[in-house]
Amino acid sequence: MSTVEQQIREAIQEAIADNEVILFMKGTPEAPRCGFSARTVATLEALGAEFAAVDILPDPRIRQELSGLSNWPTIPQLFVRGELVGGCDIVTEMYETGELADVIGVKPPAGAPEEAPVAAEAGAAPLPIENRLDS
Amino acid sequence: MPTTDELKARIEDAIPGAQADVVDLTGGGDHFRAVVSAPEFAELSRIEQHRRVYAVFGPEIGGPIHALSLETRAEA
Repeated sequence: MSTVEQQIREAIQEAIADNEVILFMKGTPEAPRCGFSARTVATLEALGAEFAAVDILPDPRIRQELSGLSNWPTIPQLFVRGELVGGCDIVTEMYETGELADVIGVKPPAGAPEEAPVAAEAGAAPLPIENRLDS
Repeated sequence: MPTTDELKARIEDAIPGAQADVVDLTGGGDHFRAVVSAPEFAELSRIEQHRRVYAVFGPEIGGPIHALSLETRAEA
């Protein structure tokens, strides 16, 4: 393993250790870049849970090292107190059974929907066009 | 491009007694959802159940199979 990959792996381990609730996702909570990440964020927000978030898209090695550590192939991945809880399917399933609030240690707010929220379609990343045409 | 029938057959071949229903979420042949039941899931946590199904496809998950949404049940 190269040094850079080791550094990334250590940074991921540190982030998981330092943040009680941390979501590795595509994009950011404000601008998710994948429907599964968007739905997981919306589910955590429906519980009023506070969480840290890491965008894995800027460097493919983040995902590679994360999946190597967690033995979990897909994104998003939610960790609570150092343990992998799961991806979008498990998080939404646990929301609906009430387990997610228990695991995170929050009380669902009054009026939280019974079913995990369906996130709006994730927005596409803005196309980075550099216009060099003569006007 | 993987088909729903192919994914179903591979899950059922790899996990003894498993039953899988696979749908193509987008029609594009790369975003799938599978509902899988198998007797051995009774002894596995939810995470381990999902890992068991993901393991059938190895590196194809995130490759040709962009997404495989799962629901697993501990029954045959």
